Amino acid sequence: MTGVVNSFLKPKAGSWSNALFILPYLIFFIGMLVYPLILGIELSFYKLDLFGPGRFVGFKNYIRLFSDKIFIQSVMNTLYFVVLTVPAIVLISLFIAIALNQESKTSSLLRGIFFSSSVLSVTIVTLIWRIVFIPNDGLLANVFVGLGWEPIGFLSRPEWALVAVAITTIWWCIGLPMMLFLAALQQVPKEVYEAAALDNTSKFRTFLYITVPSIMRTIILTIIIEIILQFQLFGQAQLMTNGGPNGTSRPIVMFIYDAAYKRWDIGYAAAASQVLFAMILVAAMAQYFFSSRKGHG
Amino acid sequence: MSASIEIKNVTKKYGNLTVLDNLSLHIAANEFIVFLGPSGCGKSTLLRLIAGLETLTEGEILINGERIDTLPPGARGVAMVFQNYALYPHMTVSKNMSFGLENIGEDKQTIAQKVQNAAEILEIDHLLDRKPAQLSGGQRQRVAIGRAIVKQPKAFLFDEPLSNLDALLRSRTRLELAQLHHRLKSTMVFVTHDQVEAMTLADRIVIMNNRTIEQIGTPVEVYRRPATKFVAGFVGSPAMNFLNAENVDFDGLTVRATLSGNAVIETNILSENLMKDGAFSVGIRAEDLDIVDAQNFDIRVQVEVVERLGERTLIYCRQADGVEIVADDEGNSSIKVGDEIHLKFKPSGVHLFDSTGLGHHGAE
Repeated sequence: MTGVVNSFLKPKAGSWSNALFILPYLIFFIGMLVYPLILGIELSFYKLDLFGPGRFVGFKNYIRLFSDKIFIQSVMNTLYFVVLTVPAIVLISLFIAIALNQESKTSSLLRGIFFSSSVLSVTIVTLIWRIVFIPNDGLLANVFVGLGWEPIGFLSRPEWALVAVAITTIWWCIGLPMMLFLAALQQVPKEVYEAAALDNTSKFRTFLYITVPSIMRTIILTIIIEIILQFQLFGQAQLMTNGGPNGTSRPIVMFIYDAAYKRWDIGYAAAASQVLFAMILVAAMAQYFFSSRKGHG
Repeated sequence: MSASIEIKNVTKKYGNLTVLDNLSLHIAANEFIVFLGPSGCGKSTLLRLIAGLETLTEGEILINGERIDTLPPGARGVAMVFQNYALYPHMTVSKNMSFGLENIGEDKQTIAQKVQNAAEILEIDHLLDRKPAQLSGGQRQRVAIGRAIVKQPKAFLFDEPLSNLDALLRSRTRLELAQLHHRLKSTMVFVTHDQVEAMTLADRIVIMNNRTIEQIGTPVEVYRRPATKFVAGFVGSPAMNFLNAENVDFDGLTVRATLSGNAVIETNILSENLMKDGAFSVGIRAEDLDIVDAQNFDIRVQVEVVERLGERTLIYCRQADGVEIVADDEGNSSIKVGDEIHLKFKPSGVHLFDSTGLGHHGAE
């Protein structure tokens, strides 16, 4: 009897029956993520619109993509956008978190204010920033005129359009990383900082040798999350510049959208999606690999 | 390098809450001083004030005659060992110890030499490349002490450093700390709520209670001649017995106290030294109560619990009026629960505490 009870209470290590516990999740994961992913990869090998059966074309979609100047431009735009936004978001939100990591009413209020931009929808955010950037009557135009400078049409100049979208995105996105950093900072034991103070550590060295290593995991996590998010830029560019002028602010997702829903070239759009997926995967993995090789991961 | 510490009229308040109230204390160079007191008595706060981790509300702190309470923690020349060690988790043992020296720009060779010396003293030289997570509690403790040693501070501050260790390791580390003090000949200030640590390590103990200092004295003084009823009750295990004196007779050279039940207790306390009014209570330690036969006793009691500790036996008894009293007997005592025994007070061991709690003691 005891043996029966024991064998019931102690499932064998590695037994397949243990997998039952994760089955409900697994069903959704496979059904909603893995299957569409595989389907997407399959689609990228077809010449397909939504109105008839497709035709298998092998790697033709991919070959077409890499000779498509508009696609290459959108890839470069996206990379430029990621470079503009990810470091800025991580650094700004880290410094805000450090500045607000104290128990006072003012810092609680400021935390709320800095986080509030994150709860706005992309339409509201872009509306606010269009008002800032718009030539003639925009906030920046007024500031420039006040300073006696010539106002710049941020959204209509090729060299500024993507920068304007990046600034909007940074403003919109610092809330969540700031909260992640605050949570991480509050995990660092107070005594470690006290020991550092007794060890004559300057503020800069405390930041570099105590704070940063202590929250390294969160910094890496935030960078990976932001890389994944910012590679998928769409709404801001669509609503602020519509990819223009002359495609200078068109990101990959907008290229995919145009290919799939304006030109109904589904296979081509699916191929572009796979390229984007690969880029995100490589960037996030590279980031993880380099930071964990330094012993911080 | 060793230094004296002078604490002058120090008060610490958090808003309306007073944590330390007008404390003054002199710690001599090379002295091992222990702050002992119950939780919340302000002993750790006092240590943190010396370290510079808290700011004074009033008063001054001087090291070697120089005022330091206005200096940042790193500039005070003190090193601290924290209760939970507070090692830098991402640095190796060696880096943990050298970090403070690097901060003040010491050259690499000197740093390496100092780290190696400290590691050898503490027998952690084989752990220098490990990180704190790979060490046991006792090893972390040594690294924390090593980090303090390499700085060659004017004074070492210990904030309950043994409380996270198991009993065996605690008593071993206690001995090693005593040896370390002897070897380094440095001023050490040690905070604890454990009276065994205080009694075994201290040159002098500072007993703190309720925002103030109750007594400063050597371990023997604190134990044998407690300044107040609080000290008498806090130091020593089991705690001192307290009995109400129904009457105190000051007519003779020495005081006689009458207990409830009309037992008259002889003391060695000189009558002339006492204020002759107010209520008194009689204090006596278990070892100053002799178990005697029925002919010549002071009080008769009923045994309730017998606690055998090996080298001695504690006898927990109750008097007819319900007051509890603890006596002790030899390790192989034959006394059993339910026995009626007779106790006699040694006159040299009787203490009197007046209504303000102040202690009075006779010649021993």
